[in-house]
Amino acid sequence: MAIRRIAGFVAVFATAAPSNSTNVTGVPAGSPGTPFCLPKAIPTIRRHRRRTATLHPKGLPAMSTCLSRPAAAAAFVAFGLAWAALPAHAADKVKVGFVSTLSGPSSALGVDIRDGFLLAVKLAGGKLGGLPAEVLVSDDQFKPDVAKQLFEKDIKRDKVDFMTGVVFSNIMLAALPEAIDNKTIYISPNAAPSSMAGKDCNPLFFAVSWPNDAYHEAAGQYANTRDLKSVYLVAPNYQAGKDSLAGFKRTFKGQVVGENYTKLGQLDYAAELAEIRAAKPQAVYIFLPGGMGINFIKQYVGAGLGKDTTLLLPGFSADQDVIGPVGPAMAGLFNTAHWSPDFTNAANVKFVSEFEKEYKRVPTLYASQGYDAALLIAAAVRDTKGKLEDQGAVLKALKAAHFESVRGPFKFNTNQYPIQNYYVRTIGSDGKGGLINKSFNEPILKNHGDAYVQGCAMK
Amino acid sequence: MAGVLILEQALNGLQFGLMLFLLAAGLTLVFGVMDMINLAHGSLYMVGAFLAAWLVALTGSFVLGVIGAVALTALFGMALEAGLLRTLYARDHLSQVLATFALILILNDGVKMIFGNDLALSAPAALAGPVELLPGLQYPAYRLLILGVGLALALLLWLLVQKTRMGALVRAGASNREMATAMGTDIPRLFTIVFGIGAALCAVAGALLGPLLAVQVGMGENILILAFVVIVIGGIGSIRGALVGAILVGCIDTLGRTLLQHVLREFLPPQWASAAGPAIASIAVYVFMAIVLAIKPQGLFPARG
Repeated sequence: MAIRRIAGFVAVFATAAPSNSTNVTGVPAGSPGTPFCLPKAIPTIRRHRRRTATLHPKGLPAMSTCLSRPAAAAAFVAFGLAWAALPAHAADKVKVGFVSTLSGPSSALGVDIRDGFLLAVKLAGGKLGGLPAEVLVSDDQFKPDVAKQLFEKDIKRDKVDFMTGVVFSNIMLAALPEAIDNKTIYISPNAAPSSMAGKDCNPLFFAVSWPNDAYHEAAGQYANTRDLKSVYLVAPNYQAGKDSLAGFKRTFKGQVVGENYTKLGQLDYAAELAEIRAAKPQAVYIFLPGGMGINFIKQYVGAGLGKDTTLLLPGFSADQDVIGPVGPAMAGLFNTAHWSPDFTNAANVKFVSEFEKEYKRVPTLYASQGYDAALLIAAAVRDTKGKLEDQGAVLKALKAAHFESVRGPFKFNTNQYPIQNYYVRTIGSDGKGGLINKSFNEPILKNHGDAYVQGCAMK
Repeated sequence: MAGVLILEQALNGLQFGLMLFLLAAGLTLVFGVMDMINLAHGSLYMVGAFLAAWLVALTGSFVLGVIGAVALTALFGMALEAGLLRTLYARDHLSQVLATFALILILNDGVKMIFGNDLALSAPAALAGPVELLPGLQYPAYRLLILGVGLALALLLWLLVQKTRMGALVRAGASNREMATAMGTDIPRLFTIVFGIGAALCAVAGALLGPLLAVQVGMGENILILAFVVIVIGGIGSIRGALVGAILVGCIDTLGRTLLQHVLREFLPPQWASAAGPAIASIAVYVFMAIVLAIKPQGLFPARG
């Protein structure tokens, strides 16, 4: 009984926060002249007894403590000042909410981003930018509504300083409003749709990976250098899929003989492959990340299409997570990416060797992005000397991006998407009986931004 | 060239249909003979796929792995029937739905605990390439295997049901269970065997489709819905109906996805055509089911009446 009363008091006091609240009588708190009163008790509903509110003749509840309006205002102000007068101390740790796809056919991507991210934290001694780091990892199960709930939990309950991790654009676009509405910074280690690069750009959103279209623009350019005249395109029917083929068509100068948007998550491509065979293109370009790409390439080889048609891939469908399951059929395939395990800069050499030591496998480009995301957050924490409450300073430090990326030089565009080089890679032997990506020295696209930056209001 | 395309898509539809048949056959028998709605049938398909993936990795041989998975799943199915599902026969369909739905959830998490979220399963290397069926038509060898196994099992089931005594008992039970009991058949043993056969068929489908689709927790749910559509179209308790229904559903789905795309592409931009195509094809299956129910409410080949 007493607990209910106390709870009642707390509830009323909480709702009596300054501005926009009505006190118990329903009179707006802002109207002058009405006293501010704490009711004696919240009436408890007892069975078989109608609840009657005991009202003061003037229409106010029976009161025990009443302050006049100015006195109440003064009390609130004094309380607020006392709270604010606490010394502004730097946060004592960094909390990061990490939500990614850690189960299902495309879990390899989320697992790699997570492993890359956690490796960076581990190599810094469990810290990011000098502050002890707490990373809360959860699995969105490839479902946008689950991701949204996880974001809400991390932001509202665990009060994280940064959110990160989501692999897929559709999931990220569904969960992102949770972060934006609650003024939490989101660092994207993967999904970076064109909408967020242009008209929907937001100061709280940073893409540390690449603009969604970029690998595909690079592939289109590479197809030009290979003198390919006709191409058949396949991508899943979601934002990143549409971005991908739009990007390819932006740079490709030949003819697109077919464009097929499949269902996101579809794994059996027999019907689509029959279509491709009937269309007889010189090359096939696909964007099918994760399990979708693995199945498509296996079935593509199984259908005998590899002999007459060149298969061009973005790095997403040609990295270790696909090479493993598909096997020797991947040898010799060309793909485009912003990173390759054989880059010789110091940060990358350290990353690849430490990743192989820790996880006993070669990192994918996803892992490199997770690692870079952690380095970016660490740089921001370091440059603001841990004062994470000053979000303006944190945002400025993030945009300056003073960190050694494993991809080489790193720079943000005005829309907080990277400007960087893109390279052609080919899959060759790693000398130990397996396959690995090897990059060509000369980038196919140099200091390349994105086509949407004009639409962004940020400067 | 369009002829080759249609032929290839027809083969794809047939292949998908035959796999659906393996699931639907077990389901229709259980529904027809034991009058039990078994939602956990899709989970048996998943268990079969996981066991196959695990055994193939363990033994290194695809054939051994599949056979082992089929045997183990049949045993598991029979144990499940004798232990748990037997108590549901007397109850109404809603209780059966609730109980078997709970079984889905339990099996999903059980498999996740034992095997993890997913397992890798690849087609045998010998079948990884294409076979030239006609000049200009190259069809994946593995899918031909699936077609072959599906047809062989369909024939085997037909022989079992039409030519053996046990098959006669099954048909009798499907037609009129009370009379069959009155005539002295050992119903509990019959039911256990029928359930075991159903589970074995599921395991074959799961093991064969594993390399094409992914072996993952929850893989049974989507295909289960289609299996129910198939048995409704074909007629409850009828294997022949399940076969015809499954092939029809498989072909409508595949041909709808592709032919419809061509037609839609004449009128709509590519994104809309590619989204509308599969969507309309999946609706087409249900529309077809509705039409069949309107004309022949008992299904195309009803076992009773």
